[in-house]
Formats: sequence, C-alpha cells, structure tokens
Amino acid sequence: MKKARKEKRNKRISIAFCSAVYLFLFLPICVVVANSFNATTSKPYLSWKGFTFDWYIKLWSNSSLLGSFGNTIIIAIVSTILSTIIGTLGAVGIYRYKFKGKGIINGLLYIPVVIPEIVIGIALLTIFSNANIPRGMLTLILSHVSFSVPYVIFNVRARLSGYDKSIEEASMDLGANRVVTFFEITLPVLAPGIAGGALLAFTLSIDDVIISYFVNGQTKTYPLKVMESIKSGVSPDVNALSTLVLIGTIGLVFLTQSGVLSGKHKKI
Amino acid sequence: MARKTTKHEFKSNTMPAIVTVGPVAILLLFLVVAPLIFVAIMSFCQTDEFYNVVYKFTASNYSKLISADYLKIYGQSLLIALITTVLCILIGYPFAYIIARTKSKKKQLFYMLVIIPFWTNSLIRIYGWRTFLGSSGWLNKLLVTLHIVGEPVDFLYKTGTTVLGMVYCFIPFMVLPLYTAIEKLDGSLLEASSDLGARPIKTLFEVIIPLTASGIFSGCLMVFIPCLGYFFVSNILGGGNTDMIGNLIERQFKSANNWPLGAALSIILILVTLLLVKIYQKLGGDMDSLGV
Repeated sequence: MKKARKEKRNKRISIAFCSAVYLFLFLPICVVVANSFNATTSKPYLSWKGFTFDWYIKLWSNSSLLGSFGNTIIIAIVSTILSTIIGTLGAVGIYRYKFKGKGIINGLLYIPVVIPEIVIGIALLTIFSNANIPRGMLTLILSHVSFSVPYVIFNVRARLSGYDKSIEEASMDLGANRVVTFFEITLPVLAPGIAGGALLAFTLSIDDVIISYFVNGQTKTYPLKVMESIKSGVSPDVNALSTLVLIGTIGLVFLTQSGVLSGKHKKI
Repeated sequence: MARKTTKHEFKSNTMPAIVTVGPVAILLLFLVVAPLIFVAIMSFCQTDEFYNVVYKFTASNYSKLISADYLKIYGQSLLIALITTVLCILIGYPFAYIIARTKSKKKQLFYMLVIIPFWTNSLIRIYGWRTFLGSSGWLNKLLVTLHIVGEPVDFLYKTGTTVLGMVYCFIPFMVLPLYTAIEKLDGSLLEASSDLGARPIKTLFEVIIPLTASGIFSGCLMVFIPCLGYFFVSNILGGGNTDMIGNLIERQFKSANNWPLGAALSIILILVTLLLVKIYQKLGGDMDSLGV
C-alpha cells in the first residue's frame, strides 16, 4: 500500500518535471509563433495588438526576406547533394580499401565535429580571402559541404559495419561489373544510412548560423537576415516565415521517426 | 599487388580507391587542414596601419592574449560553459532517464518533442527568448499585470540570461546521447541491484551512472566546447556584458579587423578542444558517439 502510493507520487513528480522541461524547450518557439499573429505595426513589434493573418500575406511581398530564404534552401539542397555523394563514396572507399593515410583521413573527419564552429568559420574565411575566392553562394556551399561530409560518412559507416560483402561477390559472380554492383547492390543496402546522412546534412545546413556568418560576403541566408534585424526589432513577417518553417520541420521529424526514411536509429 | 587474387578482384584497387576516397581527401585537405594551418600561420603575422595582414613574423598577438581584460573574459567563458554543462546534466539526465525508460506508448512522441526544437534554427529560438524576456517583453507584461512587480524588470544583458540561452541551445546535445545510453541499459541489472537490497540512491550511483558514463562524457564534450564559441547567444541575450572567447574572435574578424589577433584567440580554442578530447579519450570515450 505504502509502496504503491510512493510510486504514484514518483510518477507525478516525473510528469511534472518532464512537462517543465518541455515547456522550457517550447516556450521561445511558442513566442515566435504567437508573435506571427500579432497585429502590431510599430517597432519593436512586441506589444500585443490583436490577432491577424496579415503578416502571412505581407511575407510574400518582402522580397529580401524571401530571397534570403531562397538562398538558404538553394545552399541546403546543393550542399546536401554534394556532401551525400562525396560522403557515401568516401565511406565505402575508406571501409573497403587499404591505402596510405587512411588513419589520417579517419582522424581528420572528427575535426569539423569537435572544433567550435567559430574556428571553422574564421579558418574558412581566411583561406577564401587569401585565395581570392569571392565570398557568396560558392563559399557558403563549399563551407556547408565541408562540415556536412563527416556526418554523412558516420551515418553510412554505421550501416556498412553490418554489411555482408558476399552479396557483392555474388553479384560479380553473376557477371555484373564493379560499377553496376555498386549501383544495384551496394547503394540499395546502404540507402537508409545515406538517407539519414543526407537528412542530417540538410538540417545542419539550414540551421547553420555561425559558419555562414563568416563566409557569406553579401549573400544573406535566412538566419543571417534575422540576426541583422534582431537589434532593431524583427518584424512579424519573419515570425510568420519561421512558423511555416517550423511546420515543415515538424513534418520532417514525423516522417523520419515514423520510419519512412529509417535513419540512423535503426540498424539492419 | 593483389596477393589473394580471387577471380573477381581487379588487378589493382588503386583506381577505385582514388575515385571513392579522393573527393573526401581533397575536401579535407583544402577545407579543413589548409584553413586551420593557415590560421596557425596568421596568428604569428602582423598588420599594417590599414589592418591588412602582413606576413612577417611576430609573437605579439600571443603576448596580447595575456592582458588582464582578456584573462577576465577567458575566466568568464570557462565559468559560463561550466555552469551550462552542469545545468545541462542536472536537467538533462533525469529528463533523458524518464523518457528513455518510460513504458508509455507515447515514448516515440516524447522523443520527437526533443528533436523538433533541436531542428529549429537556434538563432530563431534565441530571438524568441529575447522577445519573451525583454523589458517590454511578454514576461514583464505578465508580471506587471499580475502586480508581482511594479516596474518592468530588465532580464536581458545579465550573465544569468546568457547561461539560460546556452543551456537552452545545448540541452538537446546532452539529452540525445544520454537517451541512447540509458535506453541500452539492461533493466534486469536495476532489478538485481534492488533485489540485493540496494537503495535506489545506491543503485543510481553504483549501477546506473557508471553504465551510462559514456553518454555523460560525450554529452559534456558536445556542450562545453561549442558553448565557448556561441557568440550570438551572448550577443543577443547578454548584450556585450557577458562576452566569451567566441565574442572576442568574432569582433577581431567582423569589426576590429585584427585577423592575426583573432587567429591567435582561435588557437586557444583549438588547444582547449584538443585537450578536452584527449581527456575524453583517456576516460574511454568513443569518438563515434560524438556528433548528433
């Protein structure tokens, strides 16, 4: 009797504690969403002046905001494609072949993961500036590829560790050459790892603030646009766009977790 | 070359190895190794009167690093990063434990509710806090309306606010590795411990924590190190009163335009990182459990 009551009390404490943590996690997000419906029209757009959908309409005529969002999407898509291709090939090559410097490559892959982003950002800035590469779309894409590739490799490698090489041999026994075997056998087996890696590369690219901040030149991405306007007051059309992105994110999270793209959390 | 020639193996693996590993090797060389070496070189360079980098040796950037102002900021950075890490463990551990061990059918939903904020842009979320905490922000409106305070309180621009923002940004990095480690925990061990008469608190310290130590270590590393460089959190919430090493570096590259000094400051961050990673490995940490 006493034990049951104690368990019930513990459970209540657990629920209260977790609710508080979730509240903490979602509070600023709720604030951003709520302010997207705020009818206020004067800076700093904080006092509540009633409910409106206006900002969702005005959003479509804010070409610089939409342009920055377009840049973010283009950079995310291009850098995801590039880092997925480079990372997948690399993971397979590192796993399969013996070559000099393999240990070095393996070690170097951890650098973008552990070194603070600001250091990566300024390091890329100095090298781009010294090589006279004009900063903009190109440098943003190159930078995003450089920090995404290790994550793609780790995801694909997790998939490779349970991989049975004999099915490739079987494929070649049956007359397929190396390239056909790669596309018909290796890739489909690795697909979940590749999809998980690509998804991670995409979200890393979309979320990146710090590295982009140093290598962007005149090109603005969506987070950088927000950063620029924070001091003077962010107009609620930014909140409206953030809300739409949030809906997209929720969709993506549900999609991955429901196993449509079974990512890194499920092994073979 | 091919000593164990089976009939399928090509005479040489050189070509396929180059095709597959080549792009990664080039990428790492030009976008990871070269930039970092370049930063190291630049940290020993001078600037002319127009703040252009002059490639002439000097150690003066490093001697500037030990000025009293800077030492104060390093101390402040380490303190903020340390408090952030400790708070992330204190909040993140029980939280990860409860959601990882729940028998509820909603477990996957609980997990997703951690991922959603994690995948939402950190800058947007920090800006949400600013909206909430500012002197004309919503929390103050609420407090004034409820007559808890007479005048709006400025919650921004304080060390505590920066810590709040940092904990907020990094708590998913603590919760996710802990969740993975705790989920792997074998429930029968906990039962055995309690069957043998151990009190829950003893089970916690002698069974649960040692078995999930890997998650704690990797969580700490993934919180402490990036925290030192997250300049925008202290910019937006601390407003220059709670500068960290990241803010110093940012300023040298964006406004003060003293790149060699910024490079020298970055070298400190790199050394701190390498030191902590070495400690992590000594403690038996697995590099593969880093990352997200």
